[in-house]
Amino acid sequence: MTFSSERGLGRSQYLTMDILIEILIYGSVHSITLALMALGFALVYGTCRVPNFAHGALYIINGFIVWSFLRAWGLNYFLSIVFAIIVIGVMGALIYQFILIRVRGMAISEIIASYAIGLAILEGLRWGGFKGMTYTLPTFIQGSIFIAGVPVDLHRIVVLICGAALVGFLWFFTHYTRIGLALRGMAQDERAALMLGIDSDRMAVVAMVFGSMLAGIAAALLLPLGNIVVETGYNVLILAIAVCIVGGLGSWMGAVLAALLIGFAQILTEVYLGTHFKMVVALLAIIITLILRPSGLFGRQKELEERV
Amino acid sequence: MKAQHEQRRKERLDRGIKVRSDGIYALMSWRELCYLVLPRLVLIVGILMLPLLMPTMYWQRVISIVCIYALLTLSFDFLAHFVGLVSLGGAFFIGTGGYLAAILNQSLGLPPLLSIPLATVIGAIICTLFLLPCLPLRGVYFAIVTLMYPLLLMRVIEALNILGGTDGIVGIGSFANRWVEQYFIIIMVLLFLFGVRRLVNQDLGLVFRAVKDNDQAVRASGMSITYYKTIAVFIASAMGCLGGAYLVHIYMWAGLSTFALDFSILPIAATVIGGAGTLVGPVLGAFILVPISELLRAFGTLRIVFYALILLAFIVFRSEGIMVYSQRKYHQFEKWVRV
Repeated sequence: MTFSSERGLGRSQYLTMDILIEILIYGSVHSITLALMALGFALVYGTCRVPNFAHGALYIINGFIVWSFLRAWGLNYFLSIVFAIIVIGVMGALIYQFILIRVRGMAISEIIASYAIGLAILEGLRWGGFKGMTYTLPTFIQGSIFIAGVPVDLHRIVVLICGAALVGFLWFFTHYTRIGLALRGMAQDERAALMLGIDSDRMAVVAMVFGSMLAGIAAALLLPLGNIVVETGYNVLILAIAVCIVGGLGSWMGAVLAALLIGFAQILTEVYLGTHFKMVVALLAIIITLILRPSGLFGRQKELEERV
Repeated sequence: MKAQHEQRRKERLDRGIKVRSDGIYALMSWRELCYLVLPRLVLIVGILMLPLLMPTMYWQRVISIVCIYALLTLSFDFLAHFVGLVSLGGAFFIGTGGYLAAILNQSLGLPPLLSIPLATVIGAIICTLFLLPCLPLRGVYFAIVTLMYPLLLMRVIEALNILGGTDGIVGIGSFANRWVEQYFIIIMVLLFLFGVRRLVNQDLGLVFRAVKDNDQAVRASGMSITYYKTIAVFIASAMGCLGGAYLVHIYMWAGLSTFALDFSILPIAATVIGGAGTLVGPVLGAFILVPISELLRAFGTLRIVFYALILLAFIVFRSEGIMVYSQRKYHQFEKWVRV
């Protein structure tokens, strides 16, 4: 009797430890996932102030482009990812150059126009027969390893490393290269940037290309973990918005920290409340942040522009 | 070739009747009276005749759906262009009103003609309470919050498995017959349309517009912005909840699809097409857009692509809208003059 109860106690202690490590590992992977999804959105909004609501659609369409290169045309996996990312970058440039540039500066029109583009792409894909469970991409590396007794598949480790590297690269890019500095200059003060000879429209195209490519990279990294389904596009958009808003629209540091915050919150709710509540957390985070502090946790406070 | 070289511009002159009837009515003849009454009469009679002209039950049902969208569109246009709150929360209003009507009908056994008004008022109060903390937010931020509310409620209902969960609430009472069903909503649309048109020209409407144009000035005049925004949101959400309650009663079912994004997106498209800020235009937009989308139903999700593209084209290239265009044609003489 005493023996078994001791054993039970021991196991439950082991289990809580186990769950803790699991939460830690999957929380960080999930946070990096969220950061990857949000980076493109944050870049475009942060520099040219265009809330790109077609972000989720670009993410999904990139998945399908990679799939077509890989399966239908039989290209090398790595090559097809590279080509797909180039295609998606061009697509972003076209979207900005031909559509968004005309509604630039009218906040609501920007949202409606970009959302309409996203809607058209996603529903077009659905109509074109891209639905169901048939569309999958292979993982980069097969197999899994055990970290402190928790099985983690290698692809997630790749995502973790690539995500961290990408965040680091973007930080370097925006702080130490000409284009990156120009983008930041535009984000800070567009008129001053114009006076210093930075062409704001050209920079916005550059930002849009980078933003779309980031969506593409995120898709290439994350989609092998599941099926490519159209609905994911909407969820990616919501998650990207959640991360950007909680972190403060246009703040890099904020976006990364918000990704950590929401990532861990989502994993915790998933463990303790159930999968259904995962999106509820993200949506609640958006609403509460906007009500209490519209500029987000780390955004620059522009009190009068945001609320009365 | 000659026409290319000479420069022309279009000269526009207001008709005398427009000037005389703009602010104060000084009508001079029966002709002028007809000139003023005709467009309104065409609209009212046209809408009232619609159910009689529809060939099948299916198309009569479409007219009911059109009217629901018309109410939503009216509420969007009123909030966005007369109070300055861009609300993407059409689905939120429809869902709240719908579920409330379903609950009232199921648990209290109220007939539709009682449960709809009750759900309208209670639903509007609930929506207003939900939106109250967001009222100070401006522009994009308010739009995003209102877009997120229906998504949130949908996920909460799904996750907690309350209110029938994913199956929804079934077996809700329907109307006595289809004529009551049709004319109830048509009369409501007309009442709200002309009511809101009247309202925005009253003192209250002037304050609403002042809140939109310069809220600091309103505040400096010693008026509470939040108070006026609350009233406006109450009126707008009442229209949405009415639509929702009615929707639930005609389908005899309240489910998660009452929170569908269609209810948030289509009103914007209709407003853009019809002419923002004219109130009548958006309603006409709904009457054009919804049947088109219904005709395209055979193409599946392609219809969403289609109306996304229409919306895009209108917002990018012709943001004026049908109503503004036709008003100009009706009220003004136009001629080409050589410069």
